[in-house]
Amino acid sequence: MPNSDMEIVVDDPTAPDDNSPAVTSKRTVDLIVSLLLIAFAILMAWDNQRTGASWDSSGPQAGYFPFYLSLILGGAALFGFVKTLMEPASEAKAFVTRAQLGRVMVVLVPTFLFCLALKFLGLYVSSFLLICGFMGFVGKIAWWKSLLTAFIFTAVMFIVFDVYFDVLMPKGPLEALIGR
Amino acid sequence: MEALGLLMQGFGVLLTWKILALMMVGLVLGIFVGVLPGLGGPNGVAILLPLTFTMDPTSAIVMLSCIYWGALFGGAITSILFNIPGEAWSVATTFDGYPMAQQGKAAEALTAAFTSSFIGSFAAVLLITFLAPAISSFALKFGPPEFFAVYLLTFCSFVGLGREDKHKTIISMSLGLLLAGIGLDTVSGQLRMTFGSSDMLRGVNFLVAVIGLFGISEILLTMEERLALRGHAAKISLRTVWQVWTDMPRYWVTLLRSSAIGCWLGITPGGAIAASFMGYNLAKRFSKDKESFGKGRIEGVFAPETAAHASGTAALLPMLALGIPGSGTAAILLGGLMVWGLNPGPLLFVEHKDFVWGLIASMYLGNIVGLILVLSTVPVFAAVLRVPFAAIAPMIVVSCAIGAFAIQNAMFDIWLMLVFGVIGYVFKKIGIPLAPLTLALVLGNRAEDAFRLSMIGAEGNLGVFWSNKLVGTITTLAIVLLFWPILDRLIAGISKARRPARA
Repeated sequence: MPNSDMEIVVDDPTAPDDNSPAVTSKRTVDLIVSLLLIAFAILMAWDNQRTGASWDSSGPQAGYFPFYLSLILGGAALFGFVKTLMEPASEAKAFVTRAQLGRVMVVLVPTFLFCLALKFLGLYVSSFLLICGFMGFVGKIAWWKSLLTAFIFTAVMFIVFDVYFDVLMPKGPLEALIGR
Repeated sequence: MEALGLLMQGFGVLLTWKILALMMVGLVLGIFVGVLPGLGGPNGVAILLPLTFTMDPTSAIVMLSCIYWGALFGGAITSILFNIPGEAWSVATTFDGYPMAQQGKAAEALTAAFTSSFIGSFAAVLLITFLAPAISSFALKFGPPEFFAVYLLTFCSFVGLGREDKHKTIISMSLGLLLAGIGLDTVSGQLRMTFGSSDMLRGVNFLVAVIGLFGISEILLTMEERLALRGHAAKISLRTVWQVWTDMPRYWVTLLRSSAIGCWLGITPGGAIAASFMGYNLAKRFSKDKESFGKGRIEGVFAPETAAHASGTAALLPMLALGIPGSGTAAILLGGLMVWGLNPGPLLFVEHKDFVWGLIASMYLGNIVGLILVLSTVPVFAAVLRVPFAAIAPMIVVSCAIGAFAIQNAMFDIWLMLVFGVIGYVFKKIGIPLAPLTLALVLGNRAEDAFRLSMIGAEGNLGVFWSNKLVGTITTLAIVLLFWPILDRLIAGISKARRPARA
């Protein structure tokens, strides 16, 4: 092959296994989402009808437009629910395999914790912890690299947003300590 | 020509060191997100939006649109070198681009891709320059019924012309419109759908939703895939560029055809994907040598790239002239405009002349600068793919959080972003399209206001949407488009039934 000396190869050691069993099928998720949407539509229709979904002297009331939208949403979701139900279950494809779900959780859980930490530690400390923790634990990248990357990234963010542009961000005890 | 004079003024606004520097930064960031796996146009713009909050509107929109151009250019790099289309509309580029790279002609393929992107965008920008002012001055005469009819046309064409299941498009759209309605009702001043929560009072902010739907969900989706990749490195020399450019005039028909297809499909919502495939297929059909397509023919790179970029750029035309975005990314740019207190639509051309023409001028300049930039820096950006995703993912999460918080300084918005991230992930996996939701969220309030104002004006008579020729035509067209799939089948059925009768 020509150009073989100029190849770029990147490996993914923690890639999800192709043979991993499915956790749930697309069909099941489709049905659940349809039901949730129907429930949401009913809730919205009820609330808008309470606000007033008819006409008064000045024209349509506040709930008029959203009320009919929730009917459309509910109708479309119901249609989807019935349509999916009619399809043979045997042809359903996997929504997510166990290995894939694992990888998704590996991002979702730290992101959740990060959002939780924002309130107590402030944005900059939480970001530092998220980045170096993720790189170190999930990416298995050398700790000095993780710490350095996280520090540089957070420092740049701090300088750009806090010092230079004065954008208000959630802050915690560390910022209080250095008097920002 | 009035347009040319105004355009020159626009260039005058742009040619300051500060804006040129921002342009470069925008382009580099854009190429960066375009190259990264799983990110692309709308995601890149959504994630990088917060960077621009503190700038003045002109600088901000110039930088944002440059991020967009950069992302479009960047998408071609991964398609050709790694056979990984960054976006759906880059898929057609891989057909001939990757075989070319395998044959050691990566540099030629890249040059062809970048140059044709440039040509496509350029054609569309020309169209914007001369057509947008005309459309907007025409639209100045619009009253609420006309505007509602145009909004209706946009929504209906999404449902009727989209490739996804119709009911899923409707779900996505009505959900977006409902979410847009949460909070204070602007006409009556009443609260609705807040369930007594003070956080819901502000409503669902469009940008918070977009950051979640596109930014967070995209990381989740990317993590699912095997991130290993193998591809070719390339370096573009001046000689290659020269060769491709001297060779290019031979394909002028293809370039022209693809530009026209792109411009046309770009104005109708969601057209870039269709445009790139159509450009490719038509080039193949009209070619004398059909067999060589798919085996590394340079024309097979020219055709889809020109069309995709023409349509990506033309999508900004309805956004500027009517306030209706032609694509997901245009919708996000529109959301940005509203953050800076600019109301996109026909009045923009009257009230903020400097801004509009500065933006249009920046499209010319951004594309030229972008072309030179990508041609000279390809090796650097191809190497970006070596950066492990484990380092990039948390940084994207942090940028998303900064963006979501900065819009209204609310912790609640961060949680909302996370919820939208999960919604976006699930919706994408079960095939509910996100573009209609985005569009509905950004247009929802204005569509509702237009509807209610026309209803108040007409005392509840729906006939107002057919009260004159203009509004009647648009409304009818909207309804035809909504039922287009059914009509299409009917027409096909009738002609089928007739044919054997004649024979």
